[in-house]
Amino acid sequence: MWRGLAAAVMVGVVCAVVGCFVVLRGLAFFGDALSHAVLPGVAVAYLLGGAQGPLFWGALGASVLTALGIGAVSGKQRLSEDTAIGVIFAGALALGIALISTIRSYSVDLTHILFGNILAITNGDLLRIGLFGGGVLLVIAALFKELVAVAFDPIHAATLRLPGEALRYLLLVLIAVTVVVALQTVGAGLMTAMLITPAATGYLLARRLPRMLAIAVGVGVFSGIVGLYLSYYVAVASGAAIVLVATACFGLAWAGVQLRGRA
Amino acid sequence: MTTITAFLPTALADTHDHPALALEHVSASYGKSKPALEDVSFTIAHGERVAVVGPNGAGKSTLFKVIVGLMPHLSGDVRVHGHSHHAGDCPSIGYVPQRDAVDWKFPVSVSDVVLMGTIRAVGWLRRPGRQARAAAQQALEQVGLAALAGRPIGDLSGGQQQRVFIARALAQHADVLLLDEPFSGVDVEAQEAIFGLLDSLRQQQVSVLISTHDLQMATTRFDRLLLLNRRVVADGPADAVLTPERLTAAYGGRLVVVTEPNRLTIVTDDCCP
Repeated sequence: MWRGLAAAVMVGVVCAVVGCFVVLRGLAFFGDALSHAVLPGVAVAYLLGGAQGPLFWGALGASVLTALGIGAVSGKQRLSEDTAIGVIFAGALALGIALISTIRSYSVDLTHILFGNILAITNGDLLRIGLFGGGVLLVIAALFKELVAVAFDPIHAATLRLPGEALRYLLLVLIAVTVVVALQTVGAGLMTAMLITPAATGYLLARRLPRMLAIAVGVGVFSGIVGLYLSYYVAVASGAAIVLVATACFGLAWAGVQLRGRA
Repeated sequence: MTTITAFLPTALADTHDHPALALEHVSASYGKSKPALEDVSFTIAHGERVAVVGPNGAGKSTLFKVIVGLMPHLSGDVRVHGHSHHAGDCPSIGYVPQRDAVDWKFPVSVSDVVLMGTIRAVGWLRRPGRQARAAAQQALEQVGLAALAGRPIGDLSGGQQQRVFIARALAQHADVLLLDEPFSGVDVEAQEAIFGLLDSLRQQQVSVLISTHDLQMATTRFDRLLLLNRRVVADGPADAVLTPERLTAAYGGRLVVVTEPNRLTIVTDDCCP
């Protein structure tokens, strides 16, 4: 249980911080696509080594490759970003399902990938979540002002000779890594919620970025802890419980903003 | 008292030997379609204020993208203070975006936006320090918005927002300002405030290039007009540029020009924002 809690807290923090950039740059669909695109990677890893195979690395490889692929296709201006995402995302998902369906215990394993299995987290998983999650946060902290400037006004960033394209790819890769880090807690199916909902709550309540980040992290951690306890005592799927708590936070924030607007 | 010498552009020493901005035979295109800009050449002197006018699709936005280096040009050269600016870090171009190009709900305050002008001077892996904050504060004072520093950018009026972006350019110590349609959706009073600010910047030898749909305003408030329709159709003082022949050449049938003695009336059916 304590491993599950530690994982939920770390994932809550990383997803909330990365999620703020996802929300501000309108990349929600991209995050959703990536979380499904990890399937073929996980499937290949599974086929190579079974349930103890290099699932994490398979997911990481697939996620980062897909992120770079979407970045390259959509950067060429002929295709809009959401079209490029749609094509690659559906293709990757189909490939993942095709591969997984060749495995005999297909339904059980697929369920774990799609909806997470936070209570089965091992010390090794925890270490990887900490290392990669910490790495993502470190990169964001180091390049914070540049990432914000490119998100706010890319043309101005170009006049400053900031490497806008490189920063765009970097953000895509950071999202890809985050998706893999969070995979075991909420699974591919609910990943978008972990990225979007806490950040969206912060966006509703805050008018400045540091505050938005703080609120998002608060919601992410709170829903991780409360969701996990809820799932334990009420016996519901942990990923779903975490996301439901986050959604409730968002609902409260939204209602609060509406009421304040009317007053 | 804090000193801000560190922010002065290094190009300042040889500034006056070259025009502030020079384009030499610049062509650019999107994909394989016909070029968006063809053989565009002009120069802007220090302290000069020039308007770019032309119909929709004439390449005004493309021109700006090429100048800031966001879009590569196929041939020709863009020089800032005589330097081919793709060669090095040259933050001396300040950019004021079109109003609809900005996400006004982005959670940044007025001073956050102005501080973005100092990013290069602050350098990688560092947070803005006292020098950068002083430069931002000074820029905000210069545009008369120091009192609103803490407000979210979205709360300001259209004219104030334009001045914030001019302040960002000043914090960056830019001396060539590009303003993309700065007067659309801005009332006359705010427009006057912006021109007042540009007048004071002229004394600091800041050059300004503005794209606008408003031919009426372009005739009165600028040193020179650049009439653009993929090529430079005409370049010079307003009365020389806005002749019926040249306007018809640039706008085609979308513009009806009525000439009376001492008066030029332009009727356009071009939908202008």
